[in-house]
Amino acid sequence: MFRFLRDHGIIERNLILMGVLTLITVSIGGLVQIVPLFTIETTIERVEGMRPYTPLELAGRDIYVREGCYTCHSQMVRPFRDEAERYGHYSLAAESMYDRPFQWGSKRSGPDLARLGGRYSDDWHAAHLRSPRAVVPESIMPPYAFLDRPLDYSDIGAKLKAQQALGVPYTDAMVANARADLEAQARPDADAAGFSGRYAKARQAAFDGNAGTITEMDALVAYLQMLGTLVQFRDVTPEQVRQQ
Amino acid sequence: MPTKVEKDSITGQETTGHEWDGLKELNTPLPKWWLYVFYATILFSLVWVALYPALPFSGATGVTGWTARGALGPELEAERAAREPMLAKLREATPEQIAADPQLRAFALAGGRIAFANNCAGCHGAGGQGAPGGFPSLADDDWIFGGSFDAIQHSIRHGVRNGESEEARGIAMPRFQVDGLLTAAQVGDVAEHVLSLTGRATDQAAAGRGAPLFAEQCASCHGEKGEGNRDMGAPRLNDQVWLYGGDKASVVRSIGWSRAGVMPSWGGRLDPAVVNMLTVYVHTLGGGE
Repeated sequence: MFRFLRDHGIIERNLILMGVLTLITVSIGGLVQIVPLFTIETTIERVEGMRPYTPLELAGRDIYVREGCYTCHSQMVRPFRDEAERYGHYSLAAESMYDRPFQWGSKRSGPDLARLGGRYSDDWHAAHLRSPRAVVPESIMPPYAFLDRPLDYSDIGAKLKAQQALGVPYTDAMVANARADLEAQARPDADAAGFSGRYAKARQAAFDGNAGTITEMDALVAYLQMLGTLVQFRDVTPEQVRQQ
Repeated sequence: MPTKVEKDSITGQETTGHEWDGLKELNTPLPKWWLYVFYATILFSLVWVALYPALPFSGATGVTGWTARGALGPELEAERAAREPMLAKLREATPEQIAADPQLRAFALAGGRIAFANNCAGCHGAGGQGAPGGFPSLADDDWIFGGSFDAIQHSIRHGVRNGESEEARGIAMPRFQVDGLLTAAQVGDVAEHVLSLTGRATDQAAAGRGAPLFAEQCASCHGEKGEGNRDMGAPRLNDQVWLYGGDKASVVRSIGWSRAGVMPSWGGRLDPAVVNMLTVYVHTLGGGE
């Protein structure tokens, strides 16, 4: 039985046959990975509140990725009882639908950050990032005091445009005003008229405690303070999050 | 496929029929037990795909209908039902009543300790010891907004200067130097006067110049002698407990640029029973009034 399987000499001696069979085999592997993505729309929950990141949050997210925060912090509350008790509602696919790439992470040397926003004050975040052990003596996180340097946001408009090209629903007005919006969010007394109209529920503040210069700290804290605050879980129904 | 099966003369094993420079490869088959375990794992995976949501398509839940999200609901519900009798009592009782009832108190302290570690310890420290830089200690009796059950409960529920509601505590202190209410020299004088309240002024002349400025600008909230005012959330200045440091540079910074620390509100995030448990727990940390 299966004697024909041992006749691989036929394939090995026939270049065209081998090429065709290789193509078929690789195609199966590829299709298994690619085809499910065609149905991804059906796996994202339809929940209210998700919006694209503000330019400042997006810049902060880039710093989050640059500094490798995901290597120690996950952004994924799993549907387990202990995690629901500690962090709150489990993460939805919709919550990371504008993340390219997503920051779910797979390791928790530090706590999960998916529901971090609003749990601490801006001052705490700045103090904690500068010197984690000054506020949490038992912390093993390295200090990030160097984030108090000015943020380079010269290319923020191009970044939004790139996100737009990838399918994130940034409007042309958002792209055009990216720079002004970034500056407006980091300055609590700046003219907010255009900014808050474009980004719902985005808070304006001197996130690092200094409204004078826009620093990398401003951007990162703005991003962290937004995490988990967009979807109002009180309004989410079980039907919306049921796995079909 | 080798045209003829050749056996190695030494081992008696079949060879693959390939030859390189006179070397021939033995064709050693996989151990039978290994092969069958391998086949079994393939069968197992097929069963698994049939039973559980393994296919990445909408609607592919498997014949058991089990999902991780679906399983979580009943589990949380069972947990809630087990706790509910006690939580209901904790929700309805005032913190005073909880503290007076031994059974409720024991439950509140155990639950409050966990809730504190999860929600409060980041800023206020694992034992409520606080941290320099505006994170007040809860383990002493130097309260900014009051240490009674009601005051603690209100602070937890509504937080401080978070802009989330009218009930949030605290008004922001003016930025005396930035907003031009005092000159840099005057701020230094007032700082010396503030230090003199605890007998630490090094420049008595400056402290003397600062005294009338303090009476004019600061006393309405912090009190004539710096005794503080809990209604305003104006900290006491005539003791050795400092929220942002008691050295001159820190005091100058506090006066000139203001501090206005923020605490989030927890009334919307936590069950009222948990707020009550935290109130009782914080009250026992050392400074309850």
